[in-house]
Amino acid sequence: MQQAPILEVKDLACERGDHRLFSGLSFALGPGELMQVQGVNGSGKTTLLRTLCGFMQPVQGKVLWSGRDINEWDDSFHAEMCYLGHLNAIKDELSALENLRMSAGLAGYSVNEKQAVTALRRMGLQRREHLPVKVLSQGQRRRVALARLLIGDAHLWILDEPLTALDVGAVGLMQELIGEHLSNGGMAIFTTHQPLQVSGVTTRLLNLS
Amino acid sequence: MNKLSLAGLLGLVVRRDLLLAMRRRADVLTTLIFFVMVVSLFPLGVGPEQDMLRKMASGVVWVAALLASMLSLPRMFSADYADGTLEQMMLAPQSLTVLVLGKIVAHWMLSGLPLVLIAPVLGLQFDMSTQALGMLVLALLLGTPILSMIGVIGAALTLGLRGGGVLVSLLVLPLCIPVLIFGAGAVEAVNSGMSAVSNLALLGAFMIFALVFTPFVAAQALRISME
Amino acid sequence: MAINWFKYSAPSTFYGLAGKLIPFFAWPAAILFAIGLYIGFFVAPTDAVQSEAYRIIFIHVPASILSMFIYLIMAGYAALGLIFNTRLSSMMAQALAPTGALFAFISLWTGALWGKPMWGAWWVWDARLTSELILLFLYLGFIALQASIEDPRRADKAAALLAIVGSVNVPIIYFSVKWWNTLHQGATIKMSGTSMHVAMQQAMFMVLVACWLYAIAVALARVRSIILERERNTQWVSELPEVKYEDGGAK
Repeated sequence: MQQAPILEVKDLACERGDHRLFSGLSFALGPGELMQVQGVNGSGKTTLLRTLCGFMQPVQGKVLWSGRDINEWDDSFHAEMCYLGHLNAIKDELSALENLRMSAGLAGYSVNEKQAVTALRRMGLQRREHLPVKVLSQGQRRRVALARLLIGDAHLWILDEPLTALDVGAVGLMQELIGEHLSNGGMAIFTTHQPLQVSGVTTRLLNLS
Repeated sequence: MNKLSLAGLLGLVVRRDLLLAMRRRADVLTTLIFFVMVVSLFPLGVGPEQDMLRKMASGVVWVAALLASMLSLPRMFSADYADGTLEQMMLAPQSLTVLVLGKIVAHWMLSGLPLVLIAPVLGLQFDMSTQALGMLVLALLLGTPILSMIGVIGAALTLGLRGGGVLVSLLVLPLCIPVLIFGAGAVEAVNSGMSAVSNLALLGAFMIFALVFTPFVAAQALRISME
Repeated sequence: MAINWFKYSAPSTFYGLAGKLIPFFAWPAAILFAIGLYIGFFVAPTDAVQSEAYRIIFIHVPASILSMFIYLIMAGYAALGLIFNTRLSSMMAQALAPTGALFAFISLWTGALWGKPMWGAWWVWDARLTSELILLFLYLGFIALQASIEDPRRADKAAALLAIVGSVNVPIIYFSVKWWNTLHQGATIKMSGTSMHVAMQQAMFMVLVACWLYAIAVALARVRSIILERERNTQWVSELPEVKYEDGGAK
């Protein structure tokens, strides 16, 4: 039987160059839980999130998803997660709609135009769907990237500074989206320098410094 | 929302790269113009004697094709790397190998195929015979995909490095020598009245060999470079 | 007696071991070079066809053999490092590359020196000479890639992948160059038909062994500096007598 989706980190140590960022890090994240990674600049927040994705190999310890090391998973682990990095992963030359459909495709979903338009509207991008992304503002580009969260059924959201460049309304929208995700049995781990409150959920804090 | 099949993913990556190239046409055209220029410079360098030009035509076109395809290699992943798309590709639930294959196909259609199509015109500058022109196109058709396939490994290994453009040529050019030898050899065989079958067969064998291994190797190279 | 080989795969222990081993390779290399070259240049008889110029082969042939073997050994070490994630094997690959490139270069240089009196040209597009040139390019690519990546772990892995791809390609390149050469009826190097004199064989063999020993000694010396460079922030390096001495000297 498939174990309940759970992210476990055991005795993790990461380095960047010769520099040891953190070591002996352990935690577990289950359905409905939200975790905020805190720490000063350079404390290894991004490195931790990238290690959770499997981009980087830890110097020591391991990351488990549903009880199995993420390195032993085939690509189906990737189907259960959604990562949003510093970079928006959108193309200036494509429209918001094309961008969303392409990134959904890369994530393994075939999305029709209606579904994509719905997701973009939810992110507050009405009448911007067909504009090339290069004419949009930074905040609007971030919204296009965030619309990816609405596509697919990933259990685990890994969000690196999701609130960068977002206005107050969009921050509220993000809180709402994370709330919905958690109440559907999802989980999320994120970094931010801005306060993010999701009603009815206690945010667990992980301090790296 | 439907899940995407492997073939669907392959098609998506190819379509995406072609669409992006159409929105930035200059990139495709510069490679092509470079190819035309290099080939046209040779007669100016060695003199206009038609006998000599006819003799060296296939070699010149092949070397120029080799250089032109090197020119477009650094761009293969750099934009996707810079804007974070490559990270998302590595997190795709389907195999990275298929994604890389899509990249190879798109790269060939954008930088290999145009060379194949323009080559006969350039061959005329060198007074090549009709049979030789036909063979040149055929050999380029078989050979240029191999250049893209070997090149993708170099492009993946040098991802994000300073001076990556020159480095990629340094890594890839020696590995492309067999393609150059048999590609140019096919045309020469026709010129000297021999059969070019063995050349073409070997090129075909290289292509299949490269098709089996290079997407996988390049996917590993990408994983190494993204760490 | 069971030797714990695993113990010596740690850079910290191998550093000391390599230091002790170097003289055992370096001295025999020097002695064998001296004897081998003496026999080659003064004892071996003059060749009937090629007269004195043939004597360059006592350097040329061992250098060519070494340049090819070292590439394979280097690729093997690099592959071990890539597959088993053993740092020391990657460092060995990195240490071998310049020596291999040097032998390829010597082989080309002596080939040219030999070609001038034999063929009347410094460079002839002979199949073996051309392959050797391409081999030198492959070495240079490996060294350049390793040098241009700052993160040593990424550099090791990337260079390893290149070396593996290269070693798969080497036979293909060799046979295609050979095929190309026969098609164009170029010159081919042929030793004079007569069997080699005993003194020639002895000289060739001694220089070959000397080259091997030299390659090992130099690779060990180089791997020691690579270890120091990469492990400079560790406790054991700061406790080395030679490092402590340097610190004291700086005061």
